Formats: sequence, structure tokens, C-alpha cells
Amino acid sequence: MQPEAAGLRRTPLNAVIRKAGAKLVDFAGWEMPVQFRSVIDEHLAVRTRAGLFDVSHMGEIRVEGRDALALLQSLTPSDVGGLGLGQAQYTALLTPQATFVDDILIYRRGEDRFLLCVNASNTDKDFRYVRENASGSVRVEDASAEFAQLALQGPRAVVILSRVADQEVGSVPAYRFLEGSVRGVPAILSRTGYTGEDGFEIYLAPDRAEEIWLALLQAGAEDGLVPCGLGARDTLRLEARMLLYGNDIDETVTPLEAGLGFMVRLEKGEFQGSGVLRRQKERGVERKLMGFEMTDRGIPRHGYPLRVGSREVGQVTSGTFAPFLKKSIGLGYVPAEAARIGQEIEVLIRGSAVPGRIIRTPFYKRPS
Amino acid sequence: MTEPKASYPADLRYSKEHEWVRLEGTVGTVGITFYAQSELGDVVFVDLPQKGRALVAAEELGTIESVKAVSEIYAPMSGEVLEANESLRDQPEKVNADPYGEGWLIKMKVTEPSELEGLLTAEGYKKYVEEGGH
Repeated sequence: MQPEAAGLRRTPLNAVIRKAGAKLVDFAGWEMPVQFRSVIDEHLAVRTRAGLFDVSHMGEIRVEGRDALALLQSLTPSDVGGLGLGQAQYTALLTPQATFVDDILIYRRGEDRFLLCVNASNTDKDFRYVRENASGSVRVEDASAEFAQLALQGPRAVVILSRVADQEVGSVPAYRFLEGSVRGVPAILSRTGYTGEDGFEIYLAPDRAEEIWLALLQAGAEDGLVPCGLGARDTLRLEARMLLYGNDIDETVTPLEAGLGFMVRLEKGEFQGSGVLRRQKERGVERKLMGFEMTDRGIPRHGYPLRVGSREVGQVTSGTFAPFLKKSIGLGYVPAEAARIGQEIEVLIRGSAVPGRIIRTPFYKRPS
Repeated sequence: MTEPKASYPADLRYSKEHEWVRLEGTVGTVGITFYAQSELGDVVFVDLPQKGRALVAAEELGTIESVKAVSEIYAPMSGEVLEANESLRDQPEKVNADPYGEGWLIKMKVTEPSELEGLLTAEGYKKYVEEGGH
């Protein structure tokens, strides 16, 4: 029973994913697999072996030219100039109020050549925003249609990719990438991910995506590699406290409030929202995104009211039953005075106040 | 999670909300169907009513949560809760593994046995699911 929803966009892997019997859902206007067999099995496979995700819905924006660096420096809080060739950086596009237009990855492919990987739901908005702010000698192009993207994640990911990549990939450090190839198909091989595990994100031409998807699954079969859906991607990223745009961050919160202070480099000079961030840094933020676990039965979910001392302070931004940790966890903004480890909180679940407490994050950190 | 074949035991009656009931005398055992658990995915939490609670047919009797979603369970018939399946507290995955057996949710004393006629037969429910299930 797989009704074809009208008007949904499909990735180049749609046919092979359908054939594998995945359960498909509408995600940001794309028909995407939420699970192949079981979210829990897929989650555990990535934690202990490896999983392969189709993330071709993600957008890519090319920013190139003599003034490309200056443009990116003006729109992000991080030091893009400090990025070497072949390096990737997790950062944000900010509004003048220092809130998130989007959270993004920037790849530096050349002195004046950058590729932005952006959220599917924000691709059009980001493209317009970057283009509107461009001046001087810079080309901004929505390159999303030129790329399929696969994420190979898990402790066995590197071994599996090594069998099919045409370059040595094991020595690529985290947040670096190769302009390489897989079975002769040109690809950007990026040692990044959204699961809290080691692995690669692989950008390649859409018309070659299916053959590489199948080649990877075959190469990883002996290691227990399984195809995974967005359900497991969401529970994996939340255990690792990686944020989801639209849930945990949006145009109402700043990187300092979201606990992403590492991306804020005020010393680089003026940029969108730098004044707001400077003030927040001096005076402290009024609220902070914190992680909590439930201490009684109940699963917190996005939008459920969050209370501190029986006062409603906000909402759960992300929550789930965490399959690897086997407990219920969540994220939410709490007032600065309550943003401390051990603070007791409550989540209102269908009318009942269920107790929990703020704990250290990431909830899960992979063994090093 | 194993992937058993879809099944529609003939001795059960089914609701359009995808609950099943097995009536033995005046005692009805209630659960969710194979199709329902398959649509939900991995069940990780089940919230069931206490013994003695009076239920009216179609009333919400509890909730069942998978990793991704919360789903309400409705009483297929009217009556009073005799017992909730306490083992689901620690092993909610039984709902996936054995929805018509060990994954049962509640036993109830049925007060309106005639309501059974308003529920679907196995054949009727199978047809309903195959047409889309909603």
C-alpha cells in the first residue's frame, strides 16, 4: 500500500527505494523513506555497523567568484576565511537579528569556490537570501539538481567505502573531503554526517546515484550495512544532539541560545547579526537550548509544553524514545537561570505533567 | 522486528480504527491489528486504562507510541476494563511481534454484545485494508 502522493518531488533513488519496500512519507515536499524495515533496527545498525541513507533532498548552492568569500563571511558567524581547501565547516546563514535563516555546511573547493549544503525545506529561501546579498564579482547558483547525496554512516562506513572508492578514504580527517570517485563515478567524499557516528556524505551526479547506492549496499553486505530512512536519521541525530532546523532552530533563535557558540567568531569583524551576538555574549542569553531525559514514563515530542517549577517556559523542540540509550530524551529552551545540569523539569504529555531532568549533552557520544 | 505476513484471524472482529476484539462469553480481548502495528512501526510505549474503567464503544481507551508517532486506541465495544496487559510496560515490542496473541492490550467485560454486529468480519476488514484502510 504505497499511494502515490500528488505533487511530491522524488530523488533519483526513489525507484530503488520503493522496490526495497520502504515506507514513504512527505518530507519538506519530497517523497522520502521514513523506514525500510524498522526505525530501531536501522538506528542500531548505524550505531554498531553501518547504514546508508538517501539524502538527495538536501539542497546545494554554489557560491563562486572573487567576492564569494566576502559574501559568505558577511552572512555567517563563523570564520569561513579560516577554511582550507578541502575543508568543510558547519555554520549558519543568519538574519540581521542573528537568528537562523538555516544551518548549513560550507565546502571550500577552491580559493574562490564554495559549495553550501542546505536543508531541503530552506533551499529556495537560502538561495534567494544569498543571491540578494551578493555584490561585486560572485556567482550564486542553485546547484541542487546537479547532486544526489548518499550518507554512509557507522563504525564500518570507512571500511565499506574503501572497497568501492577509487581513492584512499581512511586517512581523510573529519570535516574534510576529497574530490574523488566511487567505481569511476566522480564524487565529493566528505567525512561528515548527521548521526553522531563516523562516516561519509557522498555527493554525485543524480543519474549515477542508483548504481552507487547498489554498489555500496553490496560492498557492505558482509558488514551488516542496511538502508536507513529518515526516522532513524532523526533519532540518531537527536541522541548526538545535532539540531534540526524547524524544530530546534529557526528564525527566532540565535546560535548562542541554541548552544552553537563554537560557530560564532566575533573577532572576524562585522557580519549579519554580529551586534546582537556581541550583546548576548556580554550580557548572557536569556534562554538556552538544553537536553533532558524523562525520569518517569512518557515520550516527549516536538511541541509539548515544557515546564520548570510548574511554570510553562516553552515547548519541547525535539523529543523521542532514544533507541540506543533506551530512554526518552528531548531538547527545549529554558530560561538561563534554569539552564543547569540536574535541573528538574516537566513535560506536559496529553494533560499529565511527567517529570524529567536536564542532563549533559550530547546524550550519546561515540566511543573514541 | 521480524516481518510476518499480514494476517486476519477469522475468529476476531475488527474496527475501522484497526482494533480487533475476540469475544468469549462476555469477555472481550482487545488489541491492534497486524496492519495497525505495521503502519505504526516499532512500538516503544503503551498507555493503557486501569482496571474498572468504564468504556463506551469508540471512546479513546489509551495510546500507543512508536518511535515516530503517537496513535490513539479506541474501544471497539462498550464495557468495563477487567485487565490491562501489564507485560507491555517492559516489552511493548510484543505488539509488533504478536499483535493477535501476546501483544493484546486489554480484556474487558462486554456490556453490549450486540455491538459485535457493527464490527467488520475478517473478510470485511481485509477488504477494508486492501482498499487503503481509511
